[in-house]
Amino acid sequence: MGPDDDTLAADGHWAFGTGFSDPLSGLPMPPAGADLAALCLALGDDALIMSHRLQEWCTRAPELEDEVALANIALDLLGQARLLLARTGRDEDELAFRRGAGEFRNVRLAEVPNGDFAHLVVRLLVFSTWRLALLTRLRDSDDEALAAIAAKGVKEVAYHRGYAARWTIRLGDGTAHSHERTRQALAAVWPLVDQLFAADGNPRSPDPADLREEFDAVVGHVLAEATLTIPETAAETAAERASRDEHTGALAVLLEEMQSVARALPGATW
Amino acid sequence: MVTARQVAETVTDPELPQLTLAELGVLREVAERDGRVTVWITPTYSGCPALDAMRDDLVRSLTGAGYAEVDVRVTLSPAWSSDLITGPGRRKLAEAGIAPPGPAPRPAPGPVPLVLGPVRTAACPLCGSPDTEELSEFGAAPCRALRRCRSCREPFDHFKEI
Repeated sequence: MGPDDDTLAADGHWAFGTGFSDPLSGLPMPPAGADLAALCLALGDDALIMSHRLQEWCTRAPELEDEVALANIALDLLGQARLLLARTGRDEDELAFRRGAGEFRNVRLAEVPNGDFAHLVVRLLVFSTWRLALLTRLRDSDDEALAAIAAKGVKEVAYHRGYAARWTIRLGDGTAHSHERTRQALAAVWPLVDQLFAADGNPRSPDPADLREEFDAVVGHVLAEATLTIPETAAETAAERASRDEHTGALAVLLEEMQSVARALPGATW
Repeated sequence: MVTARQVAETVTDPELPQLTLAELGVLREVAERDGRVTVWITPTYSGCPALDAMRDDLVRSLTGAGYAEVDVRVTLSPAWSSDLITGPGRRKLAEAGIAPPGPAPRPAPGPVPLVLGPVRTAACPLCGSPDTEELSEFGAAPCRALRRCRSCREPFDHFKEI
């Protein structure tokens, strides 16, 4: 049979977001309480903003294989963001495209502007090692939807972490030049690490000290293989570390681009 | 009239049209009650961009077969695994020049071990040689890695274990 006008009309997809009105339509979805919604919003925003920074690497990666790898990792994180934002019980497109920078809850590690390839590699190593530790623990969440999102995410982020770890070693234990660039990248990224393990007072969040232990072990192992050492950095204050609503100016610039089509053409389909 | 399950099982994957969604392990359940059909599918990866096309293809096939009301739902649990690809699905992948996946790592409680060396192997789907190398863990689609055969020198896709 050929598609008729009705089926073609039913194929109209949102120009932004995707056609599935509810990406969690097949899962039990009791209303999310405040703690669950806050956790899913934070994890969803981390994935969304980090995905956007990775997407900015499109056409800029050093080799075609890495171009494809970064696009794939960005796509995985975008998918995780959709599921997590949907689980908050609010409209995912509204959350992604109609909030101002002050309403985002992502960590600053996800939003800082891209640097060179070494910066990307170190940032991705830190981000994916932390996120994998988080998602691994959230597989046991008593919320069935979050547990399912986490279990799926674990498989994906394990690949992301492996990619970043191998590149960290290749660059750090490479030439004197690549080692120096990676050392500088580590120095730039490291001040953003403490915020990842700040207590947020949410009873649904995994224990930050437990996460940190796994993070330190994995990153320590990779850095040793890469002949790199953890830089000495001035620690942020506890208040700075705790606030996911405090952002750098870079987030507003990122959102201006990410939200431009949705804001210019509300409700557009293609 | 054929059953809704039989109709749904004929729908192919938008990106790998050689395989049906059932052979790929993406088609999870088809329920039929009073002419109303509910289909559950599961994405291979969280960001799978083909999910919309799968839904539209399922709706089109089932309405074309006479089912007026079709509801396609997405489920995530248990998470999709490459182990769900059926035997015929694996043969069709190989025939399409894509090396089928080996056994997926078992999900285990506790931290995921960090693996730094190359872990996957795959025989060349073109000449059959086991002497192949991985060029990139991430290929043309999220579910595929890129490899090259050291014998016939041809590059090929490998369906990743996940």
